[in-house]
Amino acid sequence: MSTVHITFDGERLSGREGQSIGGILLANGHRTWRTAAGSERGIFCGIGICQDCVVTVNGVEGVRACQRTACEGDAVEREERA
Amino acid sequence: MRIIVIGAGAVGAACALALTEAGAEVIVVDRTGVAGETSSRCEGNILVSDKEPGAEALMAIEANRAWRELAARLDADRVPGQPATEFESKGGIVVAFPGGADALEEFATSQRGIGVRADVLDSAALREAEPHLSPEVALGVHYPDDAQVQPSLAAQAMMARARHLGAQLRIAEVTAGIVERDRVRGVQTTSGRIDADAVVNCVGPWAGDAAALFGSMLDIRPRRGTILVTAPMPQRVFHKVYDADYVGAVGSGDAALQTSTVVESTHGGTVLIGSSRERVGFSGEGLLAPLAEIADKATRLFPFLRDTMLLRTYYGFRPYAPDHLPAIGADARIAGLFHAAGHEGAGIGLAPTTGALIAHAVLGTPAPLDPTPFLPSRPTLQGVPA
Repeated sequence: MSTVHITFDGERLSGREGQSIGGILLANGHRTWRTAAGSERGIFCGIGICQDCVVTVNGVEGVRACQRTACEGDAVEREERA
Repeated sequence: MRIIVIGAGAVGAACALALTEAGAEVIVVDRTGVAGETSSRCEGNILVSDKEPGAEALMAIEANRAWRELAARLDADRVPGQPATEFESKGGIVVAFPGGADALEEFATSQRGIGVRADVLDSAALREAEPHLSPEVALGVHYPDDAQVQPSLAAQAMMARARHLGAQLRIAEVTAGIVERDRVRGVQTTSGRIDADAVVNCVGPWAGDAAALFGSMLDIRPRRGTILVTAPMPQRVFHKVYDADYVGAVGSGDAALQTSTVVESTHGGTVLIGSSRERVGFSGEGLLAPLAEIADKATRLFPFLRDTMLLRTYYGFRPYAPDHLPAIGADARIAGLFHAAGHEGAGIGLAPTTGALIAHAVLGTPAPLDPTPFLPSRPTLQGVPA
């Protein structure tokens, strides 16, 4: 099985082809990747409904990490709400 | 003294808390549970910005002070089962497009006359406060005292504290009032009879029906409001931002659809977009027209919303009084029957002061302000809801 590489706030992470962005983040030890009013958010429902796991991917906001299949070179960024 | 509070929304919870703290034995009866209807289908506004000088504005000023004191007190010492109120003093910014600036500035001047803080923002200050606002906006007025709670959590917090102090909550529907010689003796519910010395009607848009169960009348009607919720996003809206025409929509009695833009972000990262007002009874039909109109107007205020995904929408029924004042105090006909209803969109904001006025009316505790303008015995409310 081949490997894909993404970056998360500049950190280079690798995962398996076909894996979701959320899956790669979890597999690399990240439990949360969004900040909402000081609290940490990540995978809640994991099936695309709750919108808690959204990240910015290649400049596009509001991408559900649990649904989006990772592509080679994806630049993933944390979203923050002060 | 035993008092039944019908309705466990924010107003019922605030009345239960005030009455319990004043030493009464309180039983709250609600057919769905805490904040099951209107109080969980709103935005949790605590506003001083949207009321023209008059009785309700004075009540809003007192209630703003009371909420700060109550939220601090509740949140500092949470009993088991008591959530945080999520009180947030975010401040409001009312904006006007060209043509509306003079009217907004005059309105703000009149509000300052009764003690509301209302600071006119110059263009640079407005852009700094809300950088994503449309460049078309001509004027902004900042109301630093506008605030918010998470309304269902705030209602649960008040109810949990009241129960901790001895109040009871029963999930049942009140099916009849028990009245002997024009005096309340209790209620019949789907789980049996409850005797009481007094009954407080806190059932919001259903308050007219509840009054009828006791052989009385109260003209409170449902007025539907809809809200759109975006997907979570990085914060781009920093205050409660609304179009100055909101004030006109609040004050209007027109049954037809009226919309006025209100935009704000939540702790969770979503943006709430309102607002609409229409008198359609308790119907859930025909929601597309108000939602489409709200969405269209909101993008005029915040152009970035054009590219935003919506997560869901919701609607609720606000208790509308024909003269736009809440009904708080003794019933016109039946001794021992009291009402706390008709706050329309201001019920969350006015809740603690409503509780204090009810404790005054029922138990004779000191009133926080002159109760006269809000008395349910006023002629405009003596009718069956149309």
